[in-house]
Amino acid sequence: MKIDKKLAGLACAAGAAVLLAGCATGPSANLDAEFKAMLQNSFSARGIAKMDRLDQDLGQAACSSAKQPPEAVLKQIEGEALASIKWPTGGQYFGDWTRADKLAQSGVGMAWNNPTTDPKTNGGQCYNCHQIDKKEISFGTIGPSLYNYGKLRGVKDVTDPKVAPIIQYTWGKLYNSKAYAGCSNMPRFGHAKILDEEQMRDLMSLLLDPRSPVNQ
Amino acid sequence: MKHPITLTALAALALTGATAAWAQKTASDGIAEYRELLADGNPAELFEVKGEELWKKARGPKNASLEKCDLGKGPGVVKGAWAELPRYFADTGRVQDLESRLLTCMETLQGFKAAEIAKLDFGKGEMANVTALSTWISGQSKGFGFNLPQNHALERKMYALGEKAFFYRGGPMDFSCASCHGEEGKRIRLQDLPVLYKNPGDGLGMAAWPAYRVSNGQMWGMQQRLSDCYRLQRFPNPDFASDVTIALQTYMGVNQKGAKIITPALKR
Repeated sequence: MKIDKKLAGLACAAGAAVLLAGCATGPSANLDAEFKAMLQNSFSARGIAKMDRLDQDLGQAACSSAKQPPEAVLKQIEGEALASIKWPTGGQYFGDWTRADKLAQSGVGMAWNNPTTDPKTNGGQCYNCHQIDKKEISFGTIGPSLYNYGKLRGVKDVTDPKVAPIIQYTWGKLYNSKAYAGCSNMPRFGHAKILDEEQMRDLMSLLLDPRSPVNQ
Repeated sequence: MKHPITLTALAALALTGATAAWAQKTASDGIAEYRELLADGNPAELFEVKGEELWKKARGPKNASLEKCDLGKGPGVVKGAWAELPRYFADTGRVQDLESRLLTCMETLQGFKAAEIAKLDFGKGEMANVTALSTWISGQSKGFGFNLPQNHALERKMYALGEKAFFYRGGPMDFSCASCHGEEGKRIRLQDLPVLYKNPGDGLGMAAWPAYRVSNGQMWGMQQRLSDCYRLQRFPNPDFASDVTIALQTYMGVNQKGAKIITPALKR
């Protein structure tokens, strides 16, 4: 299938077959076809990083330009993302924040030089983009600061029904960030199987447990 | 101006007795100081020396030097060549960056097999020589401003393809180049990130590669920089000198018109 697409792309690109069924016409459609052909010809599968990583879903495709997609498309991405969220088994949202620091620190995982895609070998890469525990000064700024995440949201007791919405939102954000911002920069840790439920529970505790260093 | 920093850099500062003001210092101050310490001895200079020797030395199956290699400004003209690459070359009918052009010259003038070199890992065999050559050649554009030609239709097409590549999201993390290089004033950990859809300014972005990397003690050309960006994007591996790598360099180089080149630079 991949080869067929590649040939079709090249044929469109060469302008030799623009009238063939399936070949869009016009300069921008031609550029799109040429671009797709260029990607296929430029990359090679290596280790765990196979060529299907270049295939885009709706959100990836719609968020691939300098401009945000139209509101209706964003709403569709967000709706599909929300529907994709798998809520934690048995309604158990929390794990152990003492295990979560290692996870938040580690940027390892899913690159071609990593031996496996098993989530157990992956980090959460949190500090790459977020401030979290105030003691860690080496943090990125692509995402907002998460220091005092639970405290600022009034979470004094995670079993209090009043804080259920923020708990669910946080799980959803970790599972599929695109549910709340269609073109979010944040990976979809649950949806893309980067982290498993147990790891996400530990991160939930790090962010929301009043005893976590994040909320001191 | 912003600069990256590493634990290595911090350690180096500690060793030179600069510990007291650590906490107050920004990452940028730290690396600026570290650069000063090494100003008279960027290890990249060793690669420049090697690269110049390789350029002039008769090598390969044809036992010839690269001194007749046309990098775009005429056979043998090295001064300022890097500031105008990638560009269209009539003899190959392709837009080429420095490293792909070197492969062409090594094949046509010296008789090496370009396709075989392109398959080598970075730092290995003739690939290490391509990096050394690129280091020296880029150094011959130090102080120049980027000035990529956009006269040929294929050069303009490469720019357009590079723009698409820059914003193309994919892989398990949904990353594109723009995920890290699309907003002002952002960083990963303590690493400042240049914005690359426009001109980030003198000595930043493309104007700082090839560079010697302090964190791993390696000399990296632009091809390796892009290859590692794609690894971190969790994409498949871009082939050496493939069109996507040339398209991205065309896009960034044109965006950086006039930005002063500091290569070979010193980096995290």
